[in-house]
Amino acid sequence: MAEKFLPLIRFSPYLLLGILFGFALIKSEAASWYRIQEMFYFQSFHMYGIIISAISTATLSLFVVRRMVGRPSLEGEVINIPVKKPGRVNYPLGGFIFGLGWGTIGLCPGPIFALIGTGSIPALILLVSALHGTWLFGVLRDRLPQ
Amino acid sequence: METLLELLHSPWPWYVSGPIIGFMVPLLLLVGNRSFGISQNLEHLCAISQPRIVHIRFFKYDWRPSLWSLIFATGVPIGGWLAGVVFTNPQPIELSSAAIQQFSAWGLKDMTLLNPPELFSFSWGSIPLLIISGILIGFGTRYASGCTSGHAITGISTFQIQSVYAVIGIFAGGMLASHWIVPLLLSWQ
Repeated sequence: MAEKFLPLIRFSPYLLLGILFGFALIKSEAASWYRIQEMFYFQSFHMYGIIISAISTATLSLFVVRRMVGRPSLEGEVINIPVKKPGRVNYPLGGFIFGLGWGTIGLCPGPIFALIGTGSIPALILLVSALHGTWLFGVLRDRLPQ
Repeated sequence: METLLELLHSPWPWYVSGPIIGFMVPLLLLVGNRSFGISQNLEHLCAISQPRIVHIRFFKYDWRPSLWSLIFATGVPIGGWLAGVVFTNPQPIELSSAAIQQFSAWGLKDMTLLNPPELFSFSWGSIPLLIISGILIGFGTRYASGCTSGHAITGISTFQIQSVYAVIGIFAGGMLASHWIVPLLLSWQ
């Protein structure tokens, strides 16, 4: 009987962290088109504050995590600092294409997921379209410069 | 009790929400050596839904080891529902006066919700815009292998030059869209 609930226990930290992340995205108003425009027009420090404090928190806490590299994580897999795949053109160019969408509609993927929870149909349309965009990338990938 | 409820209903300042978002990086590593990033789920959802007869190599992989990520992404709308529906902010969003002036000049009227009804509605004016933006977001984040969470936060905090290039690209695209595309689109409304 207990074994049946094992996956539930194993994956519950991810669900809880996801809930906290979604909560913070809405409460911080990072899921707001107005806040994103305000950021790109340098009219408020708010969004920069969120991004800079998030990066600083992650950077500082990683100094502690770095000491645990090689040791097992809670789930058992050995802790390692993630490394991005090699690539040149794909990072700035992909980022630029994503930025065009983000600057227009004011939502990046995290906030799209969070807004769906508030019952937003436009956010759902965005997610379905984003899936089609990802699919299109999958089709064209071998022909794109990396 | 009263103050706790107030805290849950009020919007959070950047110095509270930013660090919470930042803590996702070390916590996901400690829980299961997982790399924080949302847009990878778009790829997994494509891999799950690809029919057997379709052979797009990019989506032919075993998505099961990434189940954690899909579960994390399932939590996000639950958190969104709690923050936006259960603990709704009763006040309109506090934008800077410069931004309010600008949005009024663009012809936006209702600035009480998170997003303008002029763009986020079920109308012929906004649906094509949502679809095109969504496609750009889905295409671009996979081409760059990451979005704001995976590059700006995880990538930069782990000192990766690729993520710096990605963030420069994201910011350049965003600047172009918000300074050129958005005013143009709103002038047609």
